[in-house]
Amino acid sequence: MTVDLGTIRRLVELTVDGEQVRVPEGSTILDACRAQDIETPTLCYAPNLTPVNACRVCVVELEGARTLVPSCARPVEDGMVVHTDSERVRHSRKMVLELLDSSVDLSQSGEDVDRWKDQYGVDAGRYGPPAAPAAAGERDARHAGHHEIPDGSTAATVAQPVKEDNDLYVRDYGRCIMCYKCVEACGTDAQNTFAIAVAGRGFDTRITTEFAVELPDSACVYCGNCIGVCPTGALKSVSEHELREAGQWDPDDETVTTTICSFCGVGCNLELHVQHNQIVNVTSPTDHSVTHGHLCIKGRFGFQHVQNLPEGS
Amino acid sequence: MDLKFLEAVPTQGEQAAVDGLVGAPGEGDDPRFAAGGQHARDLRHLLLPALHAVSDTAGWISQGALNYICQRLSVPPAEAYGVATFYAMFSLSPRAPRVAHVCDDIVCARLGGSDIADELAATLGPAGSGQVVTWLRSPCLGLCERAPAAMVQLAGDTDQAIAPATADGVRTAVAGTGNGHVPAGGSQPSVSAPQTRRGDGQRLRLLRRIGVVDPDSLDSYRSVGGYAGLRRAIAVGPGRVIQEVSDSKLMGRGGAAFPTGVKWDAVAKAPVRPHYLICNADESEPGTFKDRVLMEDDPFALIEAMTIAGYATGCEQGYLYIRGEYPLATRRLQAAIEQARHRSLLGSDVMGAGFGFDIELRRGAGAYICGEETALMNSLEGYRGEPRNKPPFPTVSGLFGKPTVINNVETLFNVLDILTEGGPAFAQTGTERSTGTKLFCLCGAVAEPGLYEVPFGATLRELLELAGGSTGSLRAILLGGAAGSFVDPEALDVALTFEGMREIGASLGSGVIMPVDDGTDMPGMLRRIAAFFRDESCGQCVPCRVGTVRQEESLARLANGTEIGSRAREFALLDDLTRVMRDSSICGLGHTAPAAVQSAISLNLLERGDPE
Ligand SMILES: Cc1cc2nc3c(=O)[nH]c(=O)nc-3n(C[C@H](O)[C@H](O)[C@H](O)COP(=O)(O)O)c2cc1C
Ligand code: SF4
Ligand code: SF4
Ligand code: SF4
Ligand code: FES
Ligand code: FES
Repeated sequence: MTVDLGTIRRLVELTVDGEQVRVPEGSTILDACRAQDIETPTLCYAPNLTPVNACRVCVVELEGARTLVPSCARPVEDGMVVHTDSERVRHSRKMVLELLDSSVDLSQSGEDVDRWKDQYGVDAGRYGPPAAPAAAGERDARHAGHHEIPDGSTAATVAQPVKEDNDLYVRDYGRCIMCYKCVEACGTDAQNTFAIAVAGRGFDTRITTEFAVELPDSACVYCGNCIGVCPTGALKSVSEHELREAGQWDPDDETVTTTICSFCGVGCNLELHVQHNQIVNVTSPTDHSVTHGHLCIKGRFGFQHVQNLPEGS
Repeated sequence: MDLKFLEAVPTQGEQAAVDGLVGAPGEGDDPRFAAGGQHARDLRHLLLPALHAVSDTAGWISQGALNYICQRLSVPPAEAYGVATFYAMFSLSPRAPRVAHVCDDIVCARLGGSDIADELAATLGPAGSGQVVTWLRSPCLGLCERAPAAMVQLAGDTDQAIAPATADGVRTAVAGTGNGHVPAGGSQPSVSAPQTRRGDGQRLRLLRRIGVVDPDSLDSYRSVGGYAGLRRAIAVGPGRVIQEVSDSKLMGRGGAAFPTGVKWDAVAKAPVRPHYLICNADESEPGTFKDRVLMEDDPFALIEAMTIAGYATGCEQGYLYIRGEYPLATRRLQAAIEQARHRSLLGSDVMGAGFGFDIELRRGAGAYICGEETALMNSLEGYRGEPRNKPPFPTVSGLFGKPTVINNVETLFNVLDILTEGGPAFAQTGTERSTGTKLFCLCGAVAEPGLYEVPFGATLRELLELAGGSTGSLRAILLGGAAGSFVDPEALDVALTFEGMREIGASLGSGVIMPVDDGTDMPGMLRRIAAFFRDESCGQCVPCRVGTVRQEESLARLANGTEIGSRAREFALLDDLTRVMRDSSICGLGHTAPAAVQSAISLNLLERGDPE
């Protein structure tokens, strides 16, 4: 984040869980919660992207509002009275997580999600056994306004085969929670390439290229910024995917080394993620003033030469 | 923007269709690059009309056609694909150029729609099959008073609604008679609005010109007092118009019951310019057909009312967003707009009074959610019809980010009488809090379905009697459409007012009154409602995107007797889903998607022993 030293922002005073909180004008309720060290689950929110407030896991109860409000997007106002742990809030958070868990593979969504599932008492099994995965391309071909009428014996999911159509990254949309982050990163929030968009409607929405063409035929420039923001492992580098498939993915061994990209003069910070002496991923810190977490194809994927050590060394 | 396009090229017909909308490409443009920079990007709002142009010509949208649209409008192909796949009326894979959409929604299904679907399946093959002619199931087509309904969508020809429909009639229309041309069907005002032929002393306001005025003739409209409202508006000035509307206590008829005067005042005073006006004619709530009847049989009244609204709130441009499945209303409104322009009742100097106002008619393409005001704005701008987060509200930041007035068709119709009679006089009709008259769509198990107008304060019983009573023995009444709720026959004496509805925890919604008799398959009806919301959810937020799916699955188990655990557990599950959808969905679709189901459960309409 850039630090704006020029303007002094007015402080807004509100009540969060009975405590008076003062935060700068323009902050969100989420900012206020974080200032109080109140843990608030988020999925579609990211500090370096425009809020889409789509997932609704961050909802809080705002006195005077008929419905709950998304804390990640709602700016604070003087005198607001917010409850972050009421029965309604806990119910909605549990249900959002449970609905996702019952329809999407969340197994690579990280420890936070695992902990929230426990904390809110998610029981995805109560919707019945998951339906069989869709065949390749089937979900891409669904037509808005039409669906097969279910008999309820299984719970519909977004499970489908992984899309592997290029050398750099895979798209495993059975893990996609439709958080819009990748679309934002590919669009005006970072890359301005617009290779991917949300298509379809309702439960059949999906992230796709035009006519679901393969990535090499699309506008994709392989900056990997979509991978950088994907919270669920739906988008990941081929290196990570292959290691995971081979059962050799070993996060416990992972070390992260920060360096500066040597390809050009911009000065992007790189974080080299290394497992067993191999670079497995490259990221950039979201709070870095140059990159805001985003990179280009060279910084993100151009690490192979670093590892091309002479034979026997 | 540096856009990359696919290699595919359009056919001549597809290209001509797009050029017909945006003009021929400039000399020497390299078709591989988007031409026109900033100017072309300003054309994004033409995306939906361009998709329609191609679909109307070719019956589907090919890669070449989408590519060409993207080049001309400077839209990234992935985004345009995302927009096109949002709408049910478009196909992005080859589809037969002649399609019959057969309504199997809650009214039609019982009144022959399901039989038509079965017969077409037997004769034309499964839904969606067929190279030249095909058929598809459709949600409510807004013709419920003449159920069962169908609509034929014909590439290169005029679309046509058929109601009441028969399997034979649909087959003839879709397969093409003789020269392959389908004669444009008319409206049936005396059937659709039975009061107009009764002369039973009911003083009709909103319906009084229905069946009287010639919908194709401006002169006819003027001969029955048309344009008196606009004349008075110009005579008294914008400030006074807003005062009259405020004094009338007119509440919006689109479902949210927001005071119209407050909305108009906010936009009129907004310093940011330009201001925009939108008439919401997306009417897609199952069971609703009121706006269609008004637009088909009295189109000039809407044009006049929009002009008054535009004048009062300082808008020079109005958009009339009509659902794509209303071909007759679309044709009549388009003709009315052209006649009004021709007589300077629209244009740069309306009535010679020194103000400019014009109307652009925009067709939706099969998406109930585009009736939600902010989704509608996204749709108009060429984006996916996803509701926006509020605040900010449209009066502050609406269409193209500018202050925007958006009103329902029926709301605007009321403005005419408010102007000619004066606001306080208008407020004399009805009750203290619900002023004027209200249109109700009676359909389903009722003797004489149709559109009825009564002063606010009439009871549910009175409305049912107006329509000849229910057929069969009355079990419940669905109020407000699929997004509404079932009420018990014991509530027949409740007044149909905004306040009366609040008292019984119901809502007037879009004015649907749908009696359900004991012959109705309740689990089937609820499953159809659940399927509707599952299809129409925009998919943005988790509670609605997944919640509507889980709701439909649970209802299927309840209907089939394959509950997980017990019926009580299924009801608890449905209750959990209801709470998250109501509390945490982004928009009204998610908030109301479980309403009918919940009310049915609390009235024990799903008890075992139902005729299934
Ligand atoms: C899912 C959904 C669908 C809607 N559909 C319509 C519609 O078809 N027509 C309409 O006038 N309002 C519809 N509305 C209400 C509009 O959002 C808005 O409140 C209305 O157009 C305002 O006009 P009014 O003040 O004249 O009622 C819908 C709302 C929701 C949530
Ligand atoms: S790699 Fe970059 S260009 Fe390709 S889809 Fe992801 S964000 Fe867009
Ligand atoms: S692919 Fe990842 S970033 Fe993109 S919408 Fe799905 S979960 Fe979000
Ligand atoms: S409630 Fe449903 S229709 Fe409304 S924004 Fe959410 S997903 Fe879309
Ligand atoms: S994190 Fe706030 S809505 Fe998703
Ligand atoms: S037209 Fe069939 S239910 Fe309305």
